[in-house]
Amino acid sequence: MEKITKFTGRIAPLPINDIDTDQIIPARYLKTTDKQGLGQACFFDWRYHADGTPREDFVLNQPQYQGATVLVAGHNFGCGSSREHAPWALMGMGFRAIVSSDFADIFRNNALKNGLLPIIVDEETKQQLISLAQEDPETTVTIDLEAQVLILPDGRSVTFPIDAFSRYCLLNGVDQLGFLLSLEEDVAAYEASHPQRVTTTV
Amino acid sequence: MSSNPRTLFEKVWDSHIVKAQTADTPAVLYIDLHLVHEVTSPQAFTLLRERGLKVRRPDKTLGTMDHSTPTTPRNELGIIPVVDAEAAKQLDQFTKNCQDFGIPMYALGTENQGIVHVIGPEQGLTQPGMTIVCGDSHTSTHGAFGALAFGIGTSEVGHVLATQTLMQYKPKTMAVRVDGKLAAGVTAKDIILGIIAKIGVGGGTGYVLEYMGSAIRSLTMEGRMTICNMSIEGGARAGMVAPDDTTFNYIAGRPYAPKGEAWEEAVAAWRTLPSDEGAHFDAEVTLNADELIPMITYGTNPGMGMPITGVVPDPDNAKTVDEKIALDKALRYMGLQPNERLLGKKIDVVFIGSCTNSRISDLREAARMLRGRKVADGVRMLVVPGSQRVKAQAEQEGLHEIFKAAGAEWREAGCSMCIAMNGDQLQPGQYAVSTSNRNFEGRQGKGGRTFLASPLTAVASAINGCVTDPRELFVPEMA
Repeated sequence: MEKITKFTGRIAPLPINDIDTDQIIPARYLKTTDKQGLGQACFFDWRYHADGTPREDFVLNQPQYQGATVLVAGHNFGCGSSREHAPWALMGMGFRAIVSSDFADIFRNNALKNGLLPIIVDEETKQQLISLAQEDPETTVTIDLEAQVLILPDGRSVTFPIDAFSRYCLLNGVDQLGFLLSLEEDVAAYEASHPQRVTTTV
Repeated sequence: MSSNPRTLFEKVWDSHIVKAQTADTPAVLYIDLHLVHEVTSPQAFTLLRERGLKVRRPDKTLGTMDHSTPTTPRNELGIIPVVDAEAAKQLDQFTKNCQDFGIPMYALGTENQGIVHVIGPEQGLTQPGMTIVCGDSHTSTHGAFGALAFGIGTSEVGHVLATQTLMQYKPKTMAVRVDGKLAAGVTAKDIILGIIAKIGVGGGTGYVLEYMGSAIRSLTMEGRMTICNMSIEGGARAGMVAPDDTTFNYIAGRPYAPKGEAWEEAVAAWRTLPSDEGAHFDAEVTLNADELIPMITYGTNPGMGMPITGVVPDPDNAKTVDEKIALDKALRYMGLQPNERLLGKKIDVVFIGSCTNSRISDLREAARMLRGRKVADGVRMLVVPGSQRVKAQAEQEGLHEIFKAAGAEWREAGCSMCIAMNGDQLQPGQYAVSTSNRNFEGRQGKGGRTFLASPLTAVASAINGCVTDPRELFVPEMA
């Protein structure tokens, strides 16, 4: 895992509520056994016509938003399935953070484990970011994970919530599995004191 | 802590804490059962190989093939051919992963194979008070037994494979009270569609739901599973129902159910699980079952639902700008007009299946309504049993003959057109009445348009070739 401390990037606006994981990556692209190449499938059915040509009216196809690394989207982003292919696809498309007023639980968990930052801001800040991106696609924001703030072009800092453990892992570039592996004794003690509920191997 | 009244959820949560939550780390929960399937697990096995890790408890893990599997008929050798090369590769990889790591697995077409949320309860592996996870958001289904069950991502699949534990922050609790008696033709599916229409597609985010009340108590286990299954469609990762005699009777005698003395002990322990009198819930919603009529969705998320006799909402009447935008977008995709009635709307496909409604009772209900009738001309109806065991049971009862005689397709077990990644899919612009759980844009095939409803509504609509209130075609013996 790469360490994440602070970065600055341009923003792309996608002001639609309840964007579900089937839009982020349609299920027919889940027949893969690795994480690579999913960026091409990201928002596929919104990006392309039935004949495969790009839809010019879709914001992420527009030239001014190419290279944006921060996506600002409507509330309840990532609702639906548990597919971790959703953050893999968004990262494959070049995004490093998604900003919204709230996220679906499983998506948020999955994003945090991959270094895609789910940044929760208040409704007003979200609207401001969408307007800024629509008016001037060159607008950039800075995300400072160490300080837990998103810095707007006018210099205003907005604090965002993130759990201490995810933040620690992201800042240090370590994945979360190491912590669980370090608890082997606790797990063994739990198993010794609790009867097995079911055994699938008999 | 035990002296305070606790909810069902809290009792299960508390009894699975390996390491308590601290200011720096989430709680670490022990997982009693981990179900894996071919689509969300390959990258987790790759992680294990890269780190040189084993599966810590293959004996608490079970694999099945369901998502990318074809549901087309068997060939002359009795084999279900996988013609999609990508799917074949994914299934082969899954077989290898389970073999290499010693995980028992139900391969395509074998007697116990089926949708992951159908086989757990069917085998008696899903039991009250357990923690159950799977890389699939509809893992909430298993909560119908009073288990804490929820979907996880692939990284977490790796965590559970390697350590049999999972990091979690404690969610909040919501009591969902459904009192009253369902009228004939109204089902568990209508209850959950009603609840989601009420709380919205994100209304349960951050909560574990506990369904309670007289209407829930009088449901069968399969009805309770239908309800818990769709908890995630309201944003809640898990939904639970307190175990009772209905639960115990369902589990008794299944292959993995405790036997003899162990059974008596288990039931005694399970009886302590229901929420204590006076236990605190962080939120509460209610639904009156007496007033409920069959529900149907009109839009592009499961929260966009209404009584089947209603009219499509008018975006101009939306309470907020956001809501208006969302409705406009949904109606454009669905090809519907504001204030349009759905009753009588011509349809192209009916899908009976998915982890929501593919169990034997769903197929029995569907067959009872279809017996002696025909699927309307121009309508394609697929019946996809949730598991090979459901399929065998249905065939033993002759249900498949009823479906085939009516002109419906009787298929092999799997997720099929619910997720449409196996070739079973809608064509652009087609309308389907579907017993599955998601009506998202393209969910059942690019450009396809889904009306979610109960199996009864789906069958009634297949017979008439248009969206139909099942109470019109009611069969008296169904009461």
